[in-house]
Amino acid sequence: MKLVDSKAVKVGIADLNFVKAPDVIRTSGLGSCVGVVIFDPVIKIAGMAHVMLPDSNSSKKEDFNPYKYADTAIPILVETLLKDGARKFALKAKIAGGAQMFAFSVKNDMLRIGERNVTAVKQMLEDYRIPIMAEDVHGNSGRTIEFSPETSMLHIRTISQGSKEI
Amino acid sequence: MSIFDSLTEYQLDVLKEVGNIGSGNAATSLSMLVGSKIDMRIPTVRLVDYNEMMDLVDGPETLIAAIFLRIEGETPGNMFFVLSSQEASNFVEQMTGQTDFSIEHPPHDEMALSALQEAGNILAGSYLTALSDFLKLSLQPSVPILTIDMAAAILTEGLMELSQVSDYAIIIETIIDNHAEQKEQIKGHFFLLPDPESFPKIFNKLGVADQ
Repeated sequence: MKLVDSKAVKVGIADLNFVKAPDVIRTSGLGSCVGVVIFDPVIKIAGMAHVMLPDSNSSKKEDFNPYKYADTAIPILVETLLKDGARKFALKAKIAGGAQMFAFSVKNDMLRIGERNVTAVKQMLEDYRIPIMAEDVHGNSGRTIEFSPETSMLHIRTISQGSKEI
Repeated sequence: MSIFDSLTEYQLDVLKEVGNIGSGNAATSLSMLVGSKIDMRIPTVRLVDYNEMMDLVDGPETLIAAIFLRIEGETPGNMFFVLSSQEASNFVEQMTGQTDFSIEHPPHDEMALSALQEAGNILAGSYLTALSDFLKLSLQPSVPILTIDMAAAILTEGLMELSQVSDYAIIIETIIDNHAEQKEQIKGHFFLLPDPESFPKIFNKLGVADQ
């Protein structure tokens, strides 16, 4: 049996990147951030974003980083995938993250950011008519996720809840 | 121009002094708590992007124990007291005599967790009291919360406020330790992350003109 050399493409915080099979793509330590994977299961290419905030209109800066927000990162994922040969009708998504890391209830909206991130990501995917095939969101654990465009599986690792594939 | 683009040497020194005052008082409190001498290292002020911040704690996936609190009042911001896995074990051993505690193996012992929580309360409280006296500002800390998880998942929470105006954070980092006088080193990191609008107020209070 021949082992295929595959490498892991990394996605940082407020960052995004793309991958072709047999390589995999991963992002580490999602808390309230949401990891969004959009992929074409037949062409076997995928893009992943590590979204930090729901809405770029909240940016108090003009030259903001578009990878940071759900409403600006997801369009970049979709358009780049289409340019790279993915087919619009075939695009699918998997998402993970949006936890609430601190269990206190404060008025501060910033501390419910996980929930708001998940809602914003789902809304954007809905707008693009991209179905969400699987999700592992909310809760209060950090997650490291790795997606394989070869198998379309998203591997999720947590410290206290172990690992799983969705 | 935002403060993040134009910190002067003098302003950096002022921020280091802020770290000095806070962690100096925290080190004193900790000395009393564990009954041995605790020192603090010279503070570092860093301007880092989010991903560089995770490198300060050995990468985004590193397991840490962190006490987080939100500072409200005239100069709002976030504060973390961060312990590595080994540091957390040493802390618990010093405070409770329990030798087999490790954050790597959940579920965690309630006694050990409350010892960590209590140490965090005392340390963060004394840090902020000193700061508030020094700056003559009223600062109200939220109840400190202990969380054990991946570094990026925890620390990113402290960047949310900030991330709406900047892709960089100014971190005032101080390390307190007992210089390994005993075998088991007691050591921890403070990260103070003032909200962007707090910097001009801090500089103003200390007589450093903001540009």
